[in-house]
Amino acid sequence: MVAKSSLGAQGTVFEMDMERGKIFEFAQAVLSSDPAHCEGMHPVIPPTFLSTTLHWEKRVEGANPWSEVAMSEERGMHAEQEYIFHGPPPRAGDKLHAQARITEITDKQSRSGTVLTFVKMVTEFRDEAGKLVAESILTGVERQLPEEAS
Amino acid sequence: MSAWTDLQSGLVPEPWTFGPLTRTDFVRYQGASGDMNPIHHDELFATEAGYEAPLAVGMFAAGAMNSYGTRWLGADNMRRTRMRWKAPAFPGFVLTVTGQIERTYEQDGQRRVDIALTVTDQTEAVSVLGWMSFVVPEEEGR
Repeated sequence: MVAKSSLGAQGTVFEMDMERGKIFEFAQAVLSSDPAHCEGMHPVIPPTFLSTTLHWEKRVEGANPWSEVAMSEERGMHAEQEYIFHGPPPRAGDKLHAQARITEITDKQSRSGTVLTFVKMVTEFRDEAGKLVAESILTGVERQLPEEAS
Repeated sequence: MSAWTDLQSGLVPEPWTFGPLTRTDFVRYQGASGDMNPIHHDELFATEAGYEAPLAVGMFAAGAMNSYGTRWLGADNMRRTRMRWKAPAFPGFVLTVTGQIERTYEQDGQRRVDIALTVTDQTEAVSVLGWMSFVVPEEEGR
């Protein structure tokens, strides 16, 4: 069951480099043959590329506050994902600093009476000057068991 | 890339069909993204969890949907993308992405377009919904 105490939990800042080979690999994995992701020395990232934080956050202890949410593996799922870019998306060669925090935990009752707990995690990506370049908003949902409903 | 006048008149590209989805698609996406959840590639794990086969990675199908959007309006021009999962997909599924224009407008002195995307499976059930925003640069040489 979702730990409500995780609201506001903030991860340690971690680095994430935009790498040319990784961008090309990821583009192929999302079935894109767009030359924008493979030509030149500084190709642009595909829209969902920032999901590769998974590789980078593993190197830094406490980088991912999602673990504090303790969402059930059986009853939890990725419901929605959003990426916002405050300008052209990053390109190969860019170095970003990322930090995630749990921003919202809300219970909603479905029409069938089941209580659904929605959790949002926002990850901010900043460039080397500290300017906000992108945000990832992950929404997870967990179906509560009847006896857990408050 | 589409011209502003085409977007204003609601012109959209042909739908794009991909698949049948394979376990290889899921594994390649998982390696690239770093999400190694066994539910997407380990047959035994997936069947013990109550599924008939490994479940497609949600971000794989959504990522492919995003590729359709950037092929249409340009990867450099994308400013916002949102995706919501409606139903799981499995190996053998054939998915089709369709797009429509929600609105064309100006923001901060730039032309912008919002599009809505839908991924349906071979039974026409909706698998993923998406919304993307792009800037539309002035056409060069006109």
